[in-house]
Formats: sequence, structure tokens, C-alpha cells
Amino acid sequence: MSETFTNPNEAGDFRRRVTETRRKGLKRRHRAERRFRVFGFLAIFAGLFFLAALLFSVAGKGFSAFQQTTITLPITFSEQVVDPEGLRDENPRLLLTANYPALVQDALAKTLDLDPANAAEMREAMRLVSRSARVDLRDVVMDDPSVIGKTVDVKLLAAADVDSANKGQIDLSLPETSRRVSDQQAAWMAELKAEGRLHKSFNAGFFTHGASSRPESAGIGVAFVGTLYMMGIVLVLSLPLGVASAIYLEEFAPKNRFTDVIEVNINNLAAVPSIVFGLLGVALFIGFLGLPRSAALVGGLVLTLMTLPTIIIATRSALKAVPPSIRSAALGVGASKMQAVFHHVLPLAMPGILTGTIIGLARALGETAPLLLIGMVAFVADYPASPLDPSTALPVQIYMWAGEAERAFVERTSAAIIVLLVFLILMNLTAVILRRRFERRW
Amino acid sequence: MHVFLIILALIVLLSAGGFFAARAKAYALADAGRINSRPSHHASFVTIATVVPAVLLMAVWMVASPLLIGAEIREGFPDSVKAQPASAQSLTFNTVTSVAYGLRQLPDAARERVAEDSSQLRAVLAKSGIPLAANPQPFVLKSAERMNALSAKSSYAMAAAVLAVALVSLALSFRAVRPQFQARNRVEQVVLGALLLASTIAILTTVGIVLSMLSESLRFFAQVSPIDFFFGTVWDPRFAAAGETGSPGQFGLIPLLAGTIYISAVAMAVAVPIGLYAAIYMSEYASGRLRSIAKPLLEVLAGIPTIVYGFFALITVGPLLRDISVELNGLFTGNYRNFIEAQSVLTAGVVMGIMLIPFVSSLSDDIINAVPDSLRKGSLGLGATQSETIKRVVLPAALPGIVGALLLTASRAIGETMIVVLAAGVAANLQINPFEPMTTVTVKIVNQLTGDLEFNTPQTLVAFALGLTLFVITLCLNVYALYVVRKYREQYA
Repeated sequence: MSETFTNPNEAGDFRRRVTETRRKGLKRRHRAERRFRVFGFLAIFAGLFFLAALLFSVAGKGFSAFQQTTITLPITFSEQVVDPEGLRDENPRLLLTANYPALVQDALAKTLDLDPANAAEMREAMRLVSRSARVDLRDVVMDDPSVIGKTVDVKLLAAADVDSANKGQIDLSLPETSRRVSDQQAAWMAELKAEGRLHKSFNAGFFTHGASSRPESAGIGVAFVGTLYMMGIVLVLSLPLGVASAIYLEEFAPKNRFTDVIEVNINNLAAVPSIVFGLLGVALFIGFLGLPRSAALVGGLVLTLMTLPTIIIATRSALKAVPPSIRSAALGVGASKMQAVFHHVLPLAMPGILTGTIIGLARALGETAPLLLIGMVAFVADYPASPLDPSTALPVQIYMWAGEAERAFVERTSAAIIVLLVFLILMNLTAVILRRRFERRW
Repeated sequence: MHVFLIILALIVLLSAGGFFAARAKAYALADAGRINSRPSHHASFVTIATVVPAVLLMAVWMVASPLLIGAEIREGFPDSVKAQPASAQSLTFNTVTSVAYGLRQLPDAARERVAEDSSQLRAVLAKSGIPLAANPQPFVLKSAERMNALSAKSSYAMAAAVLAVALVSLALSFRAVRPQFQARNRVEQVVLGALLLASTIAILTTVGIVLSMLSESLRFFAQVSPIDFFFGTVWDPRFAAAGETGSPGQFGLIPLLAGTIYISAVAMAVAVPIGLYAAIYMSEYASGRLRSIAKPLLEVLAGIPTIVYGFFALITVGPLLRDISVELNGLFTGNYRNFIEAQSVLTAGVVMGIMLIPFVSSLSDDIINAVPDSLRKGSLGLGATQSETIKRVVLPAALPGIVGALLLTASRAIGETMIVVLAAGVAANLQINPFEPMTTVTVKIVNQLTGDLEFNTPQTLVAFALGLTLFVITLCLNVYALYVVRKYREQYA
């Protein structure tokens, strides 16, 4: 303080004012400090909240799809309907085209005490049962033609709306016109339930069926097989190629223009939008090489090119983490550079490489956009026999179901997402466990 | 196919035999005195020498022979066909190919029947599942038979040649197993070559991307002027009805680009504050325990496939925002109408922002952690509070790195597809209301290419022009971001 105070009072006043300002300033600064901390905490909280909201919204919507309502009906496989002219021995294909819905209709009329002549009522009753009943009954007859003429209890899928109503997803207290299940149908459902013919059981079909336009008979089995093919191709191609190029770049490459270009390139490829890889697949594999559209082979190749940079980068850092003393020791006892790398460095880097590979595969597993471009949006209801057959993949199936309007598909889409996420979690857990287990400190 | 598999099996057998024989010979030599390389190297050398030339020859043969045979068959077409335009000729050639394929599938008896009476060809082939549009002319059957004969001849010749090469190289390499032979060096040269080859795949991929998109884009620009594409403000690619050559439609990039940038901006507005604050809290304030729980949990967000985010936006976030807007509108104006569409810039942007949070937070976390502690200690020692230290010292020191991280994140937002496909809408609007739907470059790429289309109309080719634009934009962002991040890292290294 250059000022001099003649009056001691004035000096004390000034000091007090200074302390006051300082205290106020400190308070303000501490408030700012607290505010800053709270913002940071809120940010983390917001991130975790979004994660929880996403998972809960998907899980809450999808859980019910793992159960499915079935209606057990005593079907009389009367010869008059299935094979009216008795020609099935000569022409077994006749059984493929028989009028199976009529059987369902008869059974419904009998169970619910309806008048088969009342067409409107019968139509409404038929809407209880999924239209896939035709295929189910056909399969029963084709498996064992001796059922013709007998009455057998057959478990049929309930229609999607009945399924929803049985799961309590349709509010029956709403006016009849604004819901998809009529009062009459609800009454029949209650009747069937009382007779023990309406069950809710584990939905095994969801894991075995293929695509279907009817939600109750749609499943992820076929998409899953397509995904398996693709993941197999990605693993078989990208692991050796990725490891080989990482070994070259990390251990053997001279430092020159060419290897520099390769390195920059790999980092760039890791950040290229996935849809661009899809365009590459369309132009190169389908347009130029003439590989079939919608095939798991093309999908696998595209995903391989996408996954390679990830694996190369992970492998390089795993190789880098192996201390030079290991190499020197190997070279010291007369090993060649190649032997030092393949016999000593690579085994030590293996856990890191595997972790990187699993993470790369996990990313490929969830990739959708490039697969849309190479035509894997095809409607595939049968299991592909080879990677060259039309197939679809789990994320693409999710995309296609997400576009369906019916509410029962929302449930199935969410369930498919649950399955996909379970796989991703399993893969990531494996990666974490591998890393923990083999982590080595030098 | 069968010939191919048999040859492969024979080569494998030969090479395995060579492996064991060479190993045994090398062991015998080693017992007799010093040898240059280990027996396993000699054995590997013989295996490589047997397999590689034979397989290479087979690959070349399999690519070349169909081309040569095709030329031969076309040569044999009657003059009436040769007079036709090239497209009709290739149609005839395709018929020949499928008839040839069908003939190979037929049982012998049926084949004889067809050979006697070519008019039955269509019915017989249809029975074995090969449909033909019309009963082909007689010369087609002749050509097809000739094609089959040539292919059979070619595959036998290939088998003989490949096996001969394998045997000769096996014999030569086996003779080379001598004490002074440097098998290890030879094997390692081959392995090194293979490693080098593998590492060029990345380059080849990039070259493939650029070449394929460039060539298709050039075909597009041959039909639509680049000026109309890059500066057009109307996106209206009319799909012409089959066989009709109407107006090609308008392909203006501007509305798509605007939508892309708008949605990315909204996403960044959500992701940057949350991600940055989360990173700061985690690296500067959080206890070890909170950090060890929150960090991996946040990174789970990065591992969730984007299709899941898209579905979340479509089913949960979009309707939620719409309902909120209904309530808000009702509260203030009494008119219960939504002013936010379920599919809108806001929906897509917010959900994409959630997806980007972990990218921002973990990238900036690394960079903030890389700021040396001495800077913090110095600032705290002068009496600054922790937040002041962060705001005035740590962040400015980390700024270039953070900018790089944000650029990388932005490039990811621009290239993101599945969220916008499901949540942003498909209408190419050029407008500024965030509550209305807009569309993006990636959505249009998907739209133009899903379906069974030929790649010869501007409607499909435009996807490649869009892809090229996207690639160039993200490439520039990435390269610049990598440059900034790398340059910054070196300061403290």
C-alpha cells in the first residue's frame, strides 16, 4: 500500500473493506468451485441416466416377447377335408395344399360351440388363431400322415393381437372400437383360458423361426445363422491378415515414405464411416466381381475390411507393450529376427491381440448400414445353407422389424435387441476377463 | 468344382509328404554333421515351394480359362448373331452359359434325349430347375456342349499342369535340402513377403474405396452436371417407371448437406458439454472408486450398436418429445397440438448426442490426463481453486488435443447412418426449425441403394457421388484431427 493513512480509523476501515472484499471474492470463488463440481457430477449422472433409460426402455418393451400365447385345439384331421378324393398315395404333394384352415375352423366351432354356418362369427373366431396354423397343421400331417382320420390336440400360435391381449398389453377397458380385440374375442379368450386351452409359455419359436410378416411367427433364428456365417468369415480373414500386417509394420517395416503412408491410412480407415464400406462392397464385390447380392459372404468381406484397422491397431499396441529385452534375449541366443518375433514376442502379445480382436468382432456384430447397401435387407424365411445363399443378419433384422407398424413387432424388435446386447456383453466380458487374466507387468 | 477340390487335396498331400520327407532327410544330414538350418526350416521350405507355385498357377488358370473359352464360344456364334449389337450378343452368351450349366446338372439319360432332339431342351431343363425364356435355337445347344467340352478339357489340363508344377517344385526343393543350404533365410523371405502383402491390404482398401466411388461418380456426373449436384437446392430423384425414360429428376446436394450438418450440430451440442464435463470430473475430481465404476459404464454407451440407438429414438425419444410438446403447447396456448414431430432434427440430434458422449469423454479424458501434474501443482500453489486451475490452466493446455477429439467426434456424427435413418425422416427439407424432420446424406445413400436396382441410372449412381462427398468431408476432418492430436501429444512426450 503506497498510501499513508494519517487517521488510524481510516486505515482500519480500509483494511476491513479489503478483508470484506476478499471474503466476498473467496465466497464467490468457492461457489463457482462447487457449481463446477456439480456440473461435472451432473454430466456423469446424465450419461449414466441415458444408458439406464436406453436399457430399461428396450428391456421393458422386449421382455414379453420371450413368452408366447398358444391355443391348444382338438383338431380332427378328417379325410374329407385333407384328402377328399383319397389320392394321397399316388400324389403326396396333395397334402401340401389341403384346406387346413377348414380344420381349424371346425375345431374352433366345436370348442367354442359356434354355428359353422354363421360366417361373420366364424371369421371373427378364426382371428384368434395365427394364420401360420395352416403351415403348422401341414407339418403335422407331412410328418405323420397316419393322423388323418384321428383327432389330435395341436398347439397353435395365437394371433398377435390375442397374444398382446393375453399379456395384458391391450387395455380391455377401452371402448371396443378403439382396440384390436373385440369383446366377443375377449370372451372367447376367457372361455378358452377356463378350459385350459389358452397358455402362455416360453417362446422357443422366436429363436428358431425366420422372417415373417406375422409377428407371432417371426423369429431371429435365420438372421442368427447369417450373422454366424459373417462373423466366421470376419474372424478367419481379419485375424491372420490383421496380425500379419501389424507384425510387419511394428517389427520389420523400415521407416520410410511407404510405411508412413500405410500407417496414416490405417488410422484413417478406422475412422471412415461404415456406410462408405458398404458402397465399396456394392461397387467392388457385387458390381465388379459379380458376387451374389444379399449373401453372407459379401457381408463378411465388407465387415472384414472394416474390422482390419481395429485389429491392426490393437495388435500393434500389444506388440509394442512387449519389452525389447525379450527380443534382445532371443536374438542373443542366435534366433533370427523372424524367430524372435514368432516364438517369443507374438505369444506374449497374444492376450492383447485377442482382446482387440474380440472388440473388433463386437463392433462388426452390431454393424448395420453397410449390410443394408449390399442387399441383406431381403426377406429371408429359410435357413441359408451356405454363405453364398441369401441371408440376413441380426442387426438388419432389427432394422426391418423397426420399420413394421404392428405393435407386436415392437416387442419382438426389442427382444432381438436384447439378444444382440447379450451377445455383445458376453464378448466384451470375455475381452475384459482375458485382459485381466493375462495382463502382465514387466 | 470337384476337380478343383481334388487338386487342392492332392497338393496338400504332396506338400505334407514333402514336409515329412524333407524333415527326415534334414535330420539324417544333421546327424552326419553341421547343417545350416534347422530341419523344420528345410521342411517348411519344401512345403512352401510345393504349394505356392502350384496354387498361383491354378489361380491364374481359373481366372483366365473362362475368359478364353468365352471368347472361343463367341467366335463360334453364327454370323446372324454376330451381326447383332453387343448387348444382344451377351444375352445370347448368357443363355449359352445357363444351358451349359443345366446340361451338366442333367442325368446321363436326359442328356442323351436332349442331344437327340434339341426341341425338348427347355422342358428337360425346367424339370431340373433351370428356367429358360424360350426354347433356344439349335446352335445354342451346340455352343453349350462345346463350352462344356472345352471347360472339361481345360480343367483336366489344369489338373495336369498344376500337379506337374507341384511335383517338379517338390523334387527340386527336396534336392535342395543340403547341409549348406540356407533354408531359414529362404523361408523367412517368403514369410516377410507375406507379411508385407498383408499390410498393403489397408492401402488396397483405400484405393478400392476411392477408385470404385470415383468411377461410379464419374458415370453419374456424365448424366447430371456437377454444378446441379453440388449447388442444387432441390432433392427430387424421380424413379422412372420401368422402361420409361422420363426426366432424370433433380439431385441437389445442399438440402442433404444442410440436414447432415444441422443434425450433427445438435448432436455435438448435446455430447460436448456432457462429455467434456464428465471427462473433467472423472480425471480431476472423482474418487478412484467412482471412476472405476462410471468410466466403463459410460463406455458401454460406445459399444451399443447404432441400430439400437435408432430404435430407441424411434420408439421412445421421438414420441416422448412429441408428447412433451403437446403438453407444453397445451399449457401455454390451450391448443393441444404437437409442435415437435416424432421424427425430427431434435430427436435424431439428441439420440446421436447420447451416442457420442463416450467418444468425447474418453478422448478428452486421455488428453486431460496427459497434462503434466506440475502445471496443476503450480496453479494450486498460487492459491487458485481447483476449478480455476482447470479452467485457466489445464483446459487451455489441453485445448488443441480436445479440439482434435471434437473433430474426430464430429466426423463420426456426420458419417452416422442408422440413427438418422430411423429418427430423422426421409424428406429433404431445407429449413431451420429443429422440430421438423430433415434428412441427411447417409439416409439418402441407403434410400437410393436399397432395392433390386441396376447401377446404370442416375438414381442409383447418385449414391456413389453422395458417398464420395461424405468420404471427402470425413477424410478431411479425420486427417486434420489426427494431425492436431499428434502434434499436441508431442509437446509433453
